Amino acid sequence: MKFKGYQRPDGKVGIRNHVLILPTVACANETCRIMAANLPGAVSFVNQNGCGEVEISRRITQRVLAGFAANPNVYGILMVGLGCELNQADEMSALIREKTNKPLEVLLIQEEGGTTRTIRKGTQIVRDMLIEASACEQEWFDLSHLMVALECGGSDSTSGLVANPVIGKTTDILVASGATAMLSETAEIVGAEHILAERAVDPQTKQKIYDIVADLETSLEAVGENLRSAQPSPGNKKGGLSTIEEKSLGCIHKGGTSPLMEVLDYACAPTRKGLVFMDTAGYDVLSVTAKVAGGCQLVIFTTGRGNPVGNPIAPVLKITANRDTFIKMEDNTDMDLSGAFDGSATIDQLGQEVLEEVLRIANGKKTKAEIFGFGFTETVMKRVCDYV
Amino acid sequence: MNKEINAILIDGKDNVVTAIKELPAGRLARFEKGGEMVTVTVTDEIPKFHKIALEDILVSKPVYKYGHLIGEAIKPIKTGNHVHDHNIRSPQKN
Repeated sequence: MKFKGYQRPDGKVGIRNHVLILPTVACANETCRIMAANLPGAVSFVNQNGCGEVEISRRITQRVLAGFAANPNVYGILMVGLGCELNQADEMSALIREKTNKPLEVLLIQEEGGTTRTIRKGTQIVRDMLIEASACEQEWFDLSHLMVALECGGSDSTSGLVANPVIGKTTDILVASGATAMLSETAEIVGAEHILAERAVDPQTKQKIYDIVADLETSLEAVGENLRSAQPSPGNKKGGLSTIEEKSLGCIHKGGTSPLMEVLDYACAPTRKGLVFMDTAGYDVLSVTAKVAGGCQLVIFTTGRGNPVGNPIAPVLKITANRDTFIKMEDNTDMDLSGAFDGSATIDQLGQEVLEEVLRIANGKKTKAEIFGFGFTETVMKRVCDYV
Repeated sequence: MNKEINAILIDGKDNVVTAIKELPAGRLARFEKGGEMVTVTVTDEIPKFHKIALEDILVSKPVYKYGHLIGEAIKPIKTGNHVHDHNIRSPQKN
């Protein structure tokens, strides 16, 4: 099995060829958005952070931004800062340069003299990058160059019964073919952590699964909160999920049966191939953001209740086994797995079908979230404490 | 999956099944267990994709789905009852 990708100068392989207009701080968001909206092939996103953050939060913001820039789906980056923000553009550039040698240009709105001058100069820079990017030719690569994020959002009982077990089959084939598959959402393994831990490849990885769950519960207790006040969500409950343990047992099916190779900190890139787990919140958009920052080129997203979420950098393939949801939210949903309920398909057959669709998406077919252009670019970053 | 079934048992250890159709009270839930068709009379209205008890479950006793613990009863549950957050909660530690 192979897929068509774009070779990057840092050795990685992308399945999209975007120019990323990267705001270092919220003050630069609209300037970036106006440029991206007028340049097909350019993408941007809303960065809520970049200033007023304590050190520990700023480091997380920087890790996500540098991870976005280094994601292999990005050909090159125009970074736009304001000038006076905490997240200084030269520091941000250095962090990106630690990860990748792809094209990178920087503009500061205060230095350029305002929005219109920044947009004029930035548009020229991005236009030139887009022309260079368009000259890149796709080549065939084996699946060891592919990293797929596994996500579920708006789950109902069909997620755990069919959609996630189907993705588990897809994951097993991807991993057996050399690819990396990334699970996440620590809150959604609570009650099922022992199952993942037993599949850990070494004692350190096993212990880290237990540690991240304990850390989550401890951090919530420290502020007088309880995980179960937010999980399962009202929609999960309406869909038949009664407890976080029930939701978690359904969630982890996405990971299939492969050994767990590594547990990653938030938005960090894996060092091993195969099935890996990233420590993120159970908030879908935040979790997708982190996995794309960790290098995932494609997101498989199962849903029961329906979900429109996209990502500026990675295609998000939306899958449901709830026929009613597929019909109701067809313009947000790529695949219908409800055949498993009416007897027209088996979990194994559907797992193979999803794999084939993943390869088609990798080769350039657009997902429904992508069809809306660069608008579906939901991005949320983890925060440690309030802004200062 | 067989078209005649209207509920799914995921693991032989489970004491709940999941309805794959809305089932009114009095209807038979039909599911497969070890290749055999098994039925249980539903005593409450069961929304689509919600759970049905396969046995009586006393307060604080475990509820199993996927072959694993998903919760414990907080009210006495009778065979055929709707099982959800009104009568089960997360298993309590210790």
